[in-house]
Amino acid sequence: MQKTVTSPLPPRDEAYNFAYLDEATKRMVRRALLKAVAVPGYQVPFGSREMPLARGWGTGGIQVTAAVIGPDDTLKVIDQGADDTTNAVSIRRFFARVAGVATTEATADATIIQTRHRIPEAPLEAGQILVYQVPQPEPLRKLESSEAETRKMHAWGDYGPMYVRLYEDIARFGHVATTYSYPVLVNGRYVMSPSPIPKFDNPKMHMSAALQLFGAGREKRIYAIPPWTEVKSLDFEDHPFEVQKWDEPCALCDAADSYLDEVITDDLGGRMFVCSDTHYCEGRRDAGHRGRLLGTDAGRALTRNEE
Amino acid sequence: MSNAALTPHSSLLSTHSPAPLLTADRVTRLYGDRIGCVDVSFSLWPGEVLGVVGESGSGKSTLLRCLSGLDRPTSGSVAFADPAGLIPDIFALDEQRRRGLMRTAWGIVHQNPRDGLRMAVSAGGNIGERLMDRGDRHYGSIREAALEWLARVEIDPARIDDRPSQFSGGMQQRLQIARVLVSGPRLVYMDEPTGGLDVSVQARLLDLLRALVRDLGLAAVIVTHDLAVARLLTDRLMVMRNGRVVEEGLTDQVLDDPQHAYTQLLTASVLAA
Ligand SMILES: Nc1ncnc2c1ncn2[C@@H]1O[C@H](COP(=O)(O)OP(=O)(O)O)[C@@H](O)[C@H]1O
Ligand SMILES: [Mg+2]
Ligand SMILES: [Zn+2]
Repeated sequence: MQKTVTSPLPPRDEAYNFAYLDEATKRMVRRALLKAVAVPGYQVPFGSREMPLARGWGTGGIQVTAAVIGPDDTLKVIDQGADDTTNAVSIRRFFARVAGVATTEATADATIIQTRHRIPEAPLEAGQILVYQVPQPEPLRKLESSEAETRKMHAWGDYGPMYVRLYEDIARFGHVATTYSYPVLVNGRYVMSPSPIPKFDNPKMHMSAALQLFGAGREKRIYAIPPWTEVKSLDFEDHPFEVQKWDEPCALCDAADSYLDEVITDDLGGRMFVCSDTHYCEGRRDAGHRGRLLGTDAGRALTRNEE
Repeated sequence: MSNAALTPHSSLLSTHSPAPLLTADRVTRLYGDRIGCVDVSFSLWPGEVLGVVGESGSGKSTLLRCLSGLDRPTSGSVAFADPAGLIPDIFALDEQRRRGLMRTAWGIVHQNPRDGLRMAVSAGGNIGERLMDRGDRHYGSIREAALEWLARVEIDPARIDDRPSQFSGGMQQRLQIARVLVSGPRLVYMDEPTGGLDVSVQARLLDLLRALVRDLGLAAVIVTHDLAVARLLTDRLMVMRNGRVVEEGLTDQVLDDPQHAYTQLLTASVLAA
């Protein structure tokens, strides 16, 4: 059985309006979200608010979560695949305090998952909402610094320059070198940045049963992928899109189908590859899967909370 | 002998279409109370090369920007015979459509290669861009087209992955030409294509341009202040002064027997040079 670790959370603080934002602001964000869902992959401007967290902490994602969350929701927050980083913990505590919602680390138990840098390995289901924190929403920004111009490029589906970038990579490296924020075409229409997730996760966005919402606080943009939407990673016919592969499975749970982080185990150059989705890894170990280093000193250093 | 020999050949007739490719009608571009160009009217037929000459400041570049869709005229119209149908005024189209034409139906070779090339992108990427713009998604064929066009503009195809900044001025200009011609336009605009190049480099570029225009049956409007370039490349000539066309005719006629006093001055100063 997968265990749901519930860290001690503050109680709901009634001094704040539910989910921190006032009702007018939530309605404004929801209007932007509705538009974003109606035009998949299109960046909708919204009046991003100041949040009681520093900007790089995902204020865009937090505002989206605040606008869609209700008292009966169960929230999961991940950062780089892990539920226990400072960032993930503070966002979870924030919503426990201002909305009094239940939180979880179990992907399947969550109704809303706010994420930075990963999509959970466990397939998402209908009714779930994945909220991405987005630092740079504009996939064309590196090619074109003018906002007026990138808007035209999107309006006209003028994506040739994006392919020039892919062409340059293949000419130089033999393959497309982009591994994070790998651009996708949504619903055959808009090129979209999937936020800095590894390209390994791109295929999970395609025809997902879950609703995917993207919030960029600093850049004041919201965009969305409704459930069951086509999401195609940009590529050439003769150089099809490929995800990262590893030569070995997870050293802790033996998974061969998950995104692995490289972990340095000692200062002698020792290293191991382990699931970046910590909850997925734990679930597999609980189900009896054993990786090469599980139970060794190196493995124990990463699975302390189980001993 | 037979009747057949006297019957006009229909396909022959259609290749000598009487319809102009481009028609400028009283094109005027003012910059506030300064004159860019005024009331310029002419037609250009498929395969024809028109030269625009005149001293610096006479409005040549302004006219070229208006004709090519880069700059909207203050008044007047520019008609273009697209294979899909006549466009009475390219500026009456929405910007998306006009940009599409600027990438496929015609091309612009800028005086400064920096304005026409992506300096941070390889030669192959520069040539391939128009193909990718129109939706080509096969890396191998884009690369093949780039290699072919490098050879056609006499750049060593082995330099396909080099950036334009590693090229000489003459090579950059040839790369611009390849980048424009790869999508098979019927019309090319060139603003001082040989400006700023050494004389020997100019000669080589002129030979190349002449061969390309002839082999591809391209129509072209070439702006130059160099009458020798005009004589070598163009069929017909317009002489501009203070934004207006003061004389127009077959190139040899205009240069050998100028009618307007200004043209006489212009040709005389070249002879003196
Ligand atoms: N962007 C501009 N703003 C104001 N005046 C301009 C601009 N571009 C050109 N002009 C003026 O228009 C006239 C024609 O210039 P131009 O078309 O560049 O001539 P040419 O190419 O024959 O040298 C000149 O007097 C020039 O100063
Ligand atoms: Mg000029
Ligand atoms: Zn694992």
